Order: sequence, then C-alpha cells, then structure tokens
Amino acid sequence: MSYTVNATGVCKSFGGQRVLDQVDLAVPAGSVLALLGPNGAGKTTMVRILATLLRPDAGTATVAGHDLLADPVAVRQSISLTGQYAAVDDMLTGQENLEMMAQLRHLPRRDVRARASQLLADFDLLDARDRRVATYSGGMKRRLDLAISMVEQPDLLFLDEPSTGLDPRSREQLWDTVRRLVDAGVTVLLTTQYLEEADRLADTVCLLDHGRIAARGTPDELKASLGTDVIRLRFADDASYQRVAGALASTHTDARLRTVEVASDGSAAEVLSLLRSLEAAGTPALQVSILRPSLDAVFLSLTSMDLPAADAEEMAR
Amino acid sequence: MSLPATISDSRVMVTRCVRRSRRDPEAFFTALLLPIVLMLLFVYVFGGAMSTGGSYANYVVPGLIVLCAGFGAGTTAVAVATDMGNGIVDRFRSMPISGSSVLAGHIAASLLRNLIATALVIGAGIAVGWRPDARAASWAGAAGMIVLFILALSWLAAAVGLLTRSPEAANAATFVFMFIPYVSTAFVPAHTMPAVLRAFAAHQPFTPIVETMRGLWMGHTSTGASVGSQALLAVAYCVGILVVSAAAASWLFRHRVSQSG
Repeated sequence: MSYTVNATGVCKSFGGQRVLDQVDLAVPAGSVLALLGPNGAGKTTMVRILATLLRPDAGTATVAGHDLLADPVAVRQSISLTGQYAAVDDMLTGQENLEMMAQLRHLPRRDVRARASQLLADFDLLDARDRRVATYSGGMKRRLDLAISMVEQPDLLFLDEPSTGLDPRSREQLWDTVRRLVDAGVTVLLTTQYLEEADRLADTVCLLDHGRIAARGTPDELKASLGTDVIRLRFADDASYQRVAGALASTHTDARLRTVEVASDGSAAEVLSLLRSLEAAGTPALQVSILRPSLDAVFLSLTSMDLPAADAEEMAR
Repeated sequence: MSLPATISDSRVMVTRCVRRSRRDPEAFFTALLLPIVLMLLFVYVFGGAMSTGGSYANYVVPGLIVLCAGFGAGTTAVAVATDMGNGIVDRFRSMPISGSSVLAGHIAASLLRNLIATALVIGAGIAVGWRPDARAASWAGAAGMIVLFILALSWLAAAVGLLTRSPEAANAATFVFMFIPYVSTAFVPAHTMPAVLRAFAAHQPFTPIVETMRGLWMGHTSTGASVGSQALLAVAYCVGILVVSAAAASWLFRHRVSQSG
C-alpha cells in the first residue's frame, strides 16, 4: 500500500511542555484519516508539522513521498492547508481570493479567471462571488476555503477542525463536499473533536490524547473494541419497570426514564426471544432500541474519564 | 524559489495588501485625512504662537511629514499583526511561495499609503503658505530622503507587528513613533527645550531626517548644521534601521510559531 503520509516518532515540546510524544502516523493514499482528540491533545501541532510550518524536535516523516525536513518545498507543492478558522482573506471578495490563489499557484494568466469561476460554481458560491468574504456565513467561508484548496488538486488536504462553528446543515453540506473531494482522489488528514465527524468521514481514526496515540483503527473496530451492543427496554409503568429491573441481568437501569439495558449480540433472534419472554411474564416493553457503542464511548473510555459505555452514550446525547 | 516566481508572487501580494488598505477605513483616514487635518491644526491653531523665525508653514512641513509617517507606521504594524493572526498567512506559509513576498506586499502597500500622505502634506502645505526655495536637484534629494525614511519606518513597523502578535499590542507599541517626532526639531527648534530634552532631540534620528528635508527645501537647517552633514547622518540612521528591521522581520516571519494545539 502506498502512503501519502508516513510519520514515525514525531515529538514536539513547547517550553518544556511535551505536546507530541512519539507519534506514528500513516495515511494510505486516497483515504481519510481523522486525528480525534480533545482540545490541547496535539492535533493542530501535528498538522502544522506535516504542513512544514513547524519543525519536529524528533522523528521523521514523508508527505507525498517527499521528506519533510530535506525537501519542504516539494512537500508544499503537494499539500493544501485549511486552517482552524477558514484560511481565506476576508477583506477580499470570493472571486479575488480564488484568483489570488490561482496566481500564487502560477496558473497561466488566461486560465486564472476561468478556474476561479468554475470553482465558484462547483462550490455553490457564484451568487456571492463579488461580496467581501467578511459578509459570508461560516459555511460559505468553509466552502471557499475548500474551493481554494482545489485550485490545483493537492495530493494531501489538511482539514483542521473543519466544522468548528458551523450549524448542523452547513456541517452536512461540508461533509458532502469533503466526500466529493475524496472521490476525486484527494487524501485527507482531518482533525476533529467531534466524534460524529470522524465516524462519518474517516476510514481510519487515530485517537490522540495528551500527545500520544491512545488508539487507532476503523470507526467500527474502535467501537467493537468496547464490546457488545446494548438492548434498551422502556416500560409503561413503574410496576413493570421494577419487576424487570429486579429479574434481568441488566447493565444499566434508569428509574426516572423506566429503562433497563441488557447486553446483547444484537441478533434479531435474541431481541425477539427477549421481547417474547417479557410479554409472557406480563411485563411487555413499551419501546425497544438497540445501541451500538458510539465513538463517544470509545473516546471517553480511552481518554482520562472512565465511564461505563451506556453512561457515555447518555452523555453524548 | 526562482526569481521570476518570487517577483510574480510579490506582485500578487502587493495587489492584495493595496486592496486591503483601500477597504480599511482607518488606514484610509490615516493616509488621506490626517495630513490635511494636522496641517490645518498646526498652522492655524498652534502656528500663531510659534516663533520659528518666519512663517510657521515654512518650518513645519518636514515635521508633519514624519509625524504622518509615524501614524502610517501604526497602520502598517497593525496590518501585519492582524495578518499574522489570520489563517491565510499559515496557508501562504504552507505553499511553495517565498515568505518574503508576503512581507513585500505589506511594505509596498505601506510605502504607497505613506507617499500619498506625504504628497497631501506637501499639497496642503503649499495651500497654507509654505514657500520652499529649492531647485529640482534639492527636491529630488528631499524625495529620496522621504522614500528611504518611509521604507525604513515601514520595515520597522512590520517587525513590530510581527513581534507583538496582536493588533492591539502592535497599535500600542507604535505610539512611540507618533510621540518621538515631538521631541525633535520637527515642530519647534531644539534650543527652546530644557537641557535634557534638547540633548535627546539632538541625538535622535528624527532630527537629522527633518533637518535634511528642511535644509534641502528652505536652504538652511534650524540648528545651523550643514545640510550635507545632516543628510549623511539621516541616511546612516535610515539604512541602519532598514537593514536591522528587514532582517528581524524576515527572521520573525519565518520563525513565528503559534502554539495552539
């Protein structure tokens, strides 16, 4: 497999504070890797190192086949960086931003305007092309940010907390756009503190905690590492709830919501037999839901706080 | 980085910074209105009480040029500091373009803003009775002095903007450029000041810069020193400031690191 990013043993400290501690990272070409972690975990520092903005204290890395320290200019030719807040000039118009970037990428003069117009159309910004970016919504700024990144298709696109500050609808749109870029062959390194974002976009998730990789795998692998599915049963009245809570081997109960949770393999047969036996006992369930462990649960169980899976699930809602 | 690429990148950055200046009301005010307002203020409000041996307009024009440049340096430092806090500069730094082109854009825009302000000071000066007594060669010499001075001050302001990291701090730090001209021969002859200030005025860069312009335009300096000696000193100061500031700014631009994590 060919890797667009291959980093080993990357360390970085700021003023004695260790921000990255022996981080290894491999991003297969054409895939999306999410660096997931809380604020201060070192995500942005890792991105800044791989984007040649910071020198690592130790460790080596290649980006798109070029050594980070030996040939930073070749690395810069292969990447595009979108910042934590949209990396666009908000005193210029959308069109001016795109034309400026096209000129900085040394597109032939006659192609600059056409490329800008095409990107404005692709990223649904034609109506706003002559407005200053300062007047754009958060979602529009992000779309412009991505459009700028596609002036020349990069081998590797850094998305540093792309959905920070976006409303849910703009976030969905952004995710669609990112998926389109991935389909076009762009490799993406994404940082996020939103588990849902990693779940929805990433092929591989690396959980970063206090500068170390605490876990890595596909979103499903990480969830599976947390164990089984959970069947949650809700009852209509307190009497039924009390009887079932006393009788079943539950993993979690909630008297206020009248819910009982039991571990399960998630198979239809098991759910069916459980519901039948409840009915036979005269305490039928009012509602039933099946919960997969979410990435939130993985996140919370692997980073400092140790909470049972179901609690973690609850907290994420 | 090849030279044609660097030149092309710098041109793009100059366009960008000039556009930003044109759209920034504060920069606009500082460059276009302040020179006229200050000229009227100094000549018609303070001027009557000043005794500088002749019309105050004939004395004060070089002083107002450096004072406006001081305000202009504030604009430049704030523009650079604002830019450094912007995601877009990180993006520029992660692109295969020379870092110097980003600063070149700011310096060129600063030069342009300040030359416009200077032209307005000169125009307003003539309107309120400034009557320079100079041949073309002296005008050319004064123009050269102004360009060199503004270039040096622009680089110094850029270095301050890079060093201070926030627009507010940059603004505060550049207040010094707006006050130091007062303790020079810019607005009153130094011999009217108490001994300590007189000594400071005699040994700070604004005095030879102002006296060079004054000497070239009016035929004599206010201190009695020869124009040639003042010009030599002024050029030495400006070149020194220019070289140190440009080196510092370039270094700071390459090494400025944000520690967010």
